[in-house]
Order: sequence, then C-alpha cells, then structure tokens
Amino acid sequence: MLTTLFRLELKSAFRSPTWKQNLWMRILIVFAILYFALIFLSLGIGAYYIIKKLELGDPFEVINRYVLYYLGFDIVFRYMLQPMPVANVQPMLYQPISKKTIVHFSLLKTLYSFFNWSHLLLLIPLSVVLIVEGSDSLQTAVWAVAIYLLLLANNYLNILVNQKTVFLVAVATLVLGAAALQYFDYFDLSIYTQPLFLALYNQPTLALLVFGVAVLSYFTSFSHFMGQMYLDTGLAKKAEKTIAIQGKYFERFGKGGLILKNDVALIIRNKRARMAVFAGFFFIFYGLLFFTGAIEAYDGVYWRVFAGIFVTGGFLFSFGQYVPSWDSSYYSLLMTQNITYMEYLRSKYTLIQVFTAVTTLLSTWYIVFGWDVFSYVLIGALYNMSVNAAIVLWGGAYVRSKVDLTSSKKAFGDKNAFNYKSLLLTLPKIALPVGLFALVDTYLGTTAAKLSIVAISLVGFSLRHWIFGKVIAIYKKEKYQTLKAYRS
Amino acid sequence: MIHVSQLSKTYSGTTVLSIESLELQAGEIIGLVGNNGAGKTTFFSLLLDLIKPSTGHIENQGVRVDESEAWKSTTAAFIDENFLIGYLTAEEYFEFIAGLRGVEKAELSGFIEVFKAFFNDEILGNKKYIRDYSKGNQKKIGIAAAFIGTPALVILDEPFANLDPRAQMQLQKLIKSFNSEHGVSLLVSSHDLLHVSEVSQRILILNKGELIKDVRTSEITLEDLRAFFSEEVKEELPSSES
Repeated sequence: MLTTLFRLELKSAFRSPTWKQNLWMRILIVFAILYFALIFLSLGIGAYYIIKKLELGDPFEVINRYVLYYLGFDIVFRYMLQPMPVANVQPMLYQPISKKTIVHFSLLKTLYSFFNWSHLLLLIPLSVVLIVEGSDSLQTAVWAVAIYLLLLANNYLNILVNQKTVFLVAVATLVLGAAALQYFDYFDLSIYTQPLFLALYNQPTLALLVFGVAVLSYFTSFSHFMGQMYLDTGLAKKAEKTIAIQGKYFERFGKGGLILKNDVALIIRNKRARMAVFAGFFFIFYGLLFFTGAIEAYDGVYWRVFAGIFVTGGFLFSFGQYVPSWDSSYYSLLMTQNITYMEYLRSKYTLIQVFTAVTTLLSTWYIVFGWDVFSYVLIGALYNMSVNAAIVLWGGAYVRSKVDLTSSKKAFGDKNAFNYKSLLLTLPKIALPVGLFALVDTYLGTTAAKLSIVAISLVGFSLRHWIFGKVIAIYKKEKYQTLKAYRS
Repeated sequence: MIHVSQLSKTYSGTTVLSIESLELQAGEIIGLVGNNGAGKTTFFSLLLDLIKPSTGHIENQGVRVDESEAWKSTTAAFIDENFLIGYLTAEEYFEFIAGLRGVEKAELSGFIEVFKAFFNDEILGNKKYIRDYSKGNQKKIGIAAAFIGTPALVILDEPFANLDPRAQMQLQKLIKSFNSEHGVSLLVSSHDLLHVSEVSQRILILNKGELIKDVRTSEITLEDLRAFFSEEVKEELPSSES
C-alpha cells in the first residue's frame, strides 16, 4: 500500500505545474538544489579544517558546541519554509486505505523532503573527515546518526506545532538570544550543551535515548494527525474574516478607480500579494549596501543610480512584474467586461506610481548620508514612476504564470515568471538609466548625468500613452495565450 | 443578434466545433443541449472571444467579436469560477460589476432585491469572501452578476448544475422574467433536457462539435428530446435481449 502511495507522490511531483511549466524553471530548480547541495557538501568537508586553521580549539569539540545552533536554526527554517504533508490527503480518505496508513505515509514522506536529506550531505562527509582524522569510526557513526535523529525529531516537532506562531517566536527568540549573549560575551549557552552532544560520541549507548526522542516525536505527531483526519478539523478550510475597504475615495476615478479599489483589496486580502508588497518594502534597505561603503565593489558612482532605482522600485519589481498575473483567477471576467485595456493599464500604472511615491517617502531617511546620496534616491524614484512603471506593464504582457493568491508558503521562487522576454525587459529598467548616466557622466560630469536621467524620465512620462498603445497591442496579441494559461 | 458563419475550432487536428452557419434572433431564450465534449463551452468561449476561432467568425449585434470590443457593453456571461473575484464579498463583487456597466449604487440595491429569494438569505449581508462560499452559492452570485445592468444578451453555461431544486425553479422564473419584461436575450446551456425545454423558445442540440438539431420548443416535446438522446444510448449499449 505504501509503495502505491509513494508512486502516486512521485507522479504528483513530476506532473506539478511548477515542474512542467517551462525549461527555465526546471533548470533553475535543479541549479538551486545543486547550489545548496554544494554548500552543504563543502561545509561538511571543510568545517573540520577551517576550524583547525583558525585555531578555535579541537574541531570536534567546537562542532559540538555549535550543534545547538544548528538544531535551533533548522527548526526555524523548517517552520518558515517546509510545506506541511497533509495536502492531498483528502481524496485518499474515501478510498479503502486505513487512516493509519495515510498518516504514516504523510509523515514518512517528509523524510524525502529537502529539509531532511540535505543534512546528510553535511553529516556524511563530516563524519568521514572525522574518521580520517583519527576519530573512532563506530563512535563517530553513532554520533552522526544521533545528530541526524535529532534533526528528524525537529522535523516531526515542526509538523506538530506548525501554524502556532507562538512556538516559532519562542524558539527564534531563544536561539537568537543565546547567539547574541554568546556574541557579546555575556553568557555562553553552548558551553553547557556541548558536553551533551559530546556524550553521544563518548557514550554511544546514550544514542538510544536520542533514538527514543525521535520515535517519540514521530508518534506524537502521528497521534496528533490521527485526530486531524476529518474534513472539519485538520483538513478544514478556514473561512476568513472580511476586512472592509472604504470605497468612496476610488469612485471619483471611474472605471479605473474600480480596478484600483480591487487592487487594494487584492493586496490586503491575499497572502501572496501581501508577501510581494512586504518584499517590496525590504528593498528600501538595499541602498545601505551601496551608500555606506559596506561593500567595496559597490562604491562606484554608477552603482548609486542602480541603488536609487532598487530602493524605490521594490513594489515595482515585486508586485508590478506580475501584472496581469495577479488577476489571473478572474482574467476571463475582465476580458468580457465593459472595460478597455487602456483603463486597465492606467489604473495599474497609477497603483505602481502611488506605491513608488510611498516608498520614496519612506526612503527620505537616506538624507542622513547627505544630499548627494538622497538625490540618487529621488532620481531613481522619478525614473521608476515614469519609465519603469510603463515598462513593467509591457513585460507583464508576456508573463503567463497563474498566481495562486491564497498560498503564501512556497511563495519563494514558485512559479516565477522566468520568461526570456520579461528577463530582457529588465535591461531598459536598469541598464538603460545606469548606462546613460555613465555615458553622460564621462563626458559632461555628474550633474549633467543626473539631469539626463531626469530628462529621460520626463520624456518617458510624456510618451506614456504611446507606450500604453504599444503595450495594448501586445496584450491583445497575447490575449488568447494568456487566457489559456490562466484558465488551465 | 448573433450571426455565426463558417465557424470552427480545431485543436491539433481534432475539430471540437464546426458550425456552418447559425442565426440567433434578439429577444429569445435559446437552449443549448449536448453531451460532454459536444462543444457547448467552446461555442460560448468563442462567442466571448476567450478563444480564437480556427476558421470563420461570430458577429454579436453587428460587430465581429474577435475584431471589436463593442459587444462587451451589451453582453454579459457567467461561464465558470473564472468569472468570480474570490477575495471580494458578494456585495463588493456586484458593485464592481455595476460600476463597469454604469449602474448607480441606488439602482443596484433595487436590482439585487429581485434575486433575494434566489439567494435564500445565504449571500447578502454575509461577511464572507466569495472564495469561501459553496459551489452552489458561488454560482448564484455569478448568475446574478451577469444580469446586472440588464444587458441585451446574457450567456449562462450550465446555470442549473450545482443548484438545489428550489433554486433551479427560481432561476427558471428569473430567466423567463428577464426575457419577457426586459427583453433580455439569453443563451443557456444545460445537460438537463427538462430545464432547457422549460425555459427556452428554441433548442440547439450539439453533438461532437456539430449542430445536429435546431428546433422551436413549441414544435418538439420533451419525449422527443429524450428519444433523441436515448437513440444514441441504444446504439452504444449491446442490447440484453439479443
């Protein structure tokens, strides 16, 4: 029975829309996995020698000090990123499969998760290195297995407490607090936990205890899930409370205002859209890398133009890129309603401008780095509001990924629009202003270069209707393809 | 009102719809019947310019739907959940549609009153997003929204499916009254022969993408319609007697 279920799972993985969507996505996923695998591998091999070279003490003892933090961060990451295994359980409930089998299957399948096997890439080479460097092979093996069992206990603990933010906050505070206390030399928790982990090596029988903990965590989450296998408990979809939106303000803008009001509701009421906006606001701090001289490579004056665009362009890049995908679930409605592309695009244009303006206001604190720095922020904002706001809509015409508004988990990199046309369109968004700036700067000086960006922004703004016309033509041409993708 | 000529839709060699010519008069309720895969939804999607015809075209009130967008101000449809905005409440959704069709707020509340019995107290005044409603109630919301602004033509795909018996009756009444009192033309598809023969004045039967029957409801009985489909079933099933 279990093998049948696993075969099903394999099919679902290979037939998932993310995987099937396009070649680029697949290449990207494979690269991401390889990248992390490589990091873990090189850490596994290198950790011992790095510690030795830095003369931090006996490598094995140092490693045991940090096991605590490793476990702590592991559970925080799991909480934030690891998807829950209960999805797709519902259709099986009606089949002649015992509930126990279903729950066992759901719990066992998490072992195949990246969050579990990736640790092996670290632990195995590390153990090999330890043995090569003279540790007892059997004891090292027991130690590694015990650590891995603790990570698995983390896995099931996370499943058990998922959705309980209190837990996350508690663990995160504990781990970060302990790390901070250690860093500032107040109190070093790891000194006290180090013997516990070392004991697993010195007294291999203790590993049985860890084995017990892992088994206990498995069966605790097993019995928890057994009670959750009902449509009105663990598998229930929760109806949300509605959040009212004052519509009066938007009414004066006609049909465009209606769309704008919808977009506000979209952002407030959908996890996915909210995440994009939050992500956008984090761009504000991106400039710190450039303006504080923190990274030498970023000290050049051209980087400042680049930074200015990114600081104020967060919303534009994180949200604007996916217009019209945000409306994918009801695109058919929009396409049959009494609304023109021009009205639709103009309202999106306004939305991006308003958010860029807000971001710019929130970025005024860059003044502390001097007027010169702030002038780049302003130039970036101006370029974003005039030229980029229009170009981003152009790129959107090629984006054909459906956005599932209600999912926030796996929002990282899932179904991204890796479309070569929209990738190409990042060139005029960033390379054009930076290039122009560099060119004018070389021949006429920095002030003229700044003014040239202002000038091109004004030109872009006055040409916006012309650009919209072009974009509309593309939207129309791509309409059937877009609809097909959104309706599938 | 609707003029179809040489229309066909082909997906990688398979023709899913092919209609030589078809003329639909304004002011009528037209029922579209057929099995799954008969081409009903394909026809509606072509009519709404959601897919591109392989050959031919459709004219809606004098404009080619794949060339002009003028038909959008006088035509409304509810095909599936892709016509609903999940994160709005029912009222907000109605307001959105009303706004697009130039219906004033005061006018809208009077209009929605008509659907009160149909909604059965489960939709209005509920602080709930459309995505959290049951399939049946979502359908009711979509159907009601299609009538906002009393468009000249309303297209409904399988409106009776997923509705409870009482709501089915109420919907029949609503469809008829919008037609007789406001002159709204309707195109309604259904699997259910009874519903179609009940509401429509003209019945089109599609089979495997072809229009195989086009009759006035007054000229055909429900039994005839049934017989028509049972003929097919007889052919398909090996008879138990022989």
